[in-house]
Amino acid sequence: MKAIRILRRNISSAFKSVVRNFSLSIASIACTAITLILVALAVVLTINVNNFTKELESELTIVTYFEEGTSKEDIDATIKRIESLAGYESHEFKSKEDWKMDMQATSSELNTALSYIENPLLDSVVVKVSDVTKLSSTAKEIQKLEHVSDAKYGEGMVDQVITIFKVVQNATVVIVIALILVTAFLISNTIKLTIFSRRNEIEIMRLVGTSNTVIRLPFIFEGFILGVLGSIIPIIITVYGYILLYDHFKGYLFTNIIKLVNPANVVVVVSIVILILGSIVGMFGSYRAVRKYLKI
Amino acid sequence: MKFIEINNCYKIYKNGQTAIADLNLEIKKGEFVFIIGATASGKSTLIKMLYREEKPTKGEVIVGGINVAKLRNSKVYKLRRRIGVVFQDFKLLPKLTVYENVAFGLESLGLKNDEIKPKVLKALEKVGLKEKFRSFPNQLSGGEQQRVCIARAIVNEPKLLICDEPTGNLDPDTSKEIMKVIDSINKDGTTVVMATHDKDIVNRMKKRVIAIENGVKINDSLKGSYKVHESH
Ligand SMILES: Nc1ncnc2c1ncn2[C@@H]1O[C@H](COP(=O)(O)OP(=O)(O)OP(=O)(O)O)[C@@H](O)[C@H]1O
Ligand SMILES: [Mg+2]
Repeated sequence: MKAIRILRRNISSAFKSVVRNFSLSIASIACTAITLILVALAVVLTINVNNFTKELESELTIVTYFEEGTSKEDIDATIKRIESLAGYESHEFKSKEDWKMDMQATSSELNTALSYIENPLLDSVVVKVSDVTKLSSTAKEIQKLEHVSDAKYGEGMVDQVITIFKVVQNATVVIVIALILVTAFLISNTIKLTIFSRRNEIEIMRLVGTSNTVIRLPFIFEGFILGVLGSIIPIIITVYGYILLYDHFKGYLFTNIIKLVNPANVVVVVSIVILILGSIVGMFGSYRAVRKYLKI
Repeated sequence: MKFIEINNCYKIYKNGQTAIADLNLEIKKGEFVFIIGATASGKSTLIKMLYREEKPTKGEVIVGGINVAKLRNSKVYKLRRRIGVVFQDFKLLPKLTVYENVAFGLESLGLKNDEIKPKVLKALEKVGLKEKFRSFPNQLSGGEQQRVCIARAIVNEPKLLICDEPTGNLDPDTSKEIMKVIDSINKDGTTVVMATHDKDIVNRMKKRVIAIENGVKINDSLKGSYKVHESH
């Protein structure tokens, strides 16, 4: 009961000082908000890229054509080498006869044409890689192997989009870390001001024998409040922004290859991440100030 | 019965200044003790060690059974709850009323409002300020402000009241009133240790007087009076 009373008095004093240091509080809240919006962007991006990468995984194949006249032994040897590559997952041999039958099945003109001439197609092996990021590097390595005439893989664009996403994601992570530090510093400064403006109260509390924890608590609360207030706007922006984006593009981005994750699955996760991060940054900032400026 | 015990105590500040040297002292429960001495003689330093604002550099300072030198920072509050402190400058919170100023400490200790109220009113009555409980500090005279501070110091019924020049900012008549209040608190059983410059007060009160000079105890007499070497 005593703890609850102390807590209640602390919360109300923390709120009062957010209002009292209005301009600095607003600056802290705004900085927190900007940081968290970027965090939201990074998280939304990550969720989507991960999902999108997974979706593609079933079609992660490189078609490797062998040079004309390559012997059965050489083909087997090359396949052995392919199996030892880092991104390798499985393969399926497709001879030039298989290709011919495939083509003959697609149209009757091709069927007649191919039945009169010697098979002009190449033997091949269809290689599946373990994940999309290994697609191009594996293809390049296969291309370098002996007896390989060509190694081709699906959509060139997919690869490009993924590269762009990764770059954006990495840049966001760097910016977010920098911004988190700035935010913590700003919050720490706001709390420092509160500590100075309340130094008489602190001194009296020390003199009457208030425990250190209870003296520190309202400042940690104030940081927490700043962090939580700073996460409200980013949460609203994420929820509405992502739903609007999803509806506007009807669930796909740029092309119908890139499928967006359903808002219901994204919005809640991102909001929770933002709220937790906001309050942690707030409390971390105030903890720093308390350690540094609140001498007990 | 010993309440305060100081053995071979030294206080040397970080800058090398020796403020207290080889001090030995015993104060009994319920005593009234003046600490006198010229400026910079070490009075405040001695007093600060009693409530663990400063740690002794060497030796023992034992207050109500607690060894102050060995007390960890996180446990200081246990000592402070048994001690009331009054200063020369009043240190009242200007935005709080008299009542709120006295109640403030108890609130931060987590007492219930209906426990706080009788304690605050009792303390204000003791210092003769019950009628002014709604006033703000800037509506009070210096003497009244100091009385609020005394009420704040005794509201949690401490065993020891420590005063560092409580009359330093007050005129002689007001000082007399303050001393009456402190004396009556002592008569209720609270041990009082008071540092002062004020010759008149010390001479009139006829209490135990401990004189220090350059950090060294030079005199300790019951029913003493203000005696400091004139060399200053
Ligand atoms: N925090 C400190 N750091 C360094 N030296 C200090 C500190 N506090 C006090 N001193 C020095 O210790 C000596 C004793 O100071 P103290 O405040 O105890 O004197 P005092 O008797 O209370 O003086 P006054 O009557 O002026 O209040 C002085 O020389 C002072 O300069
Ligand atoms: Mg002094």
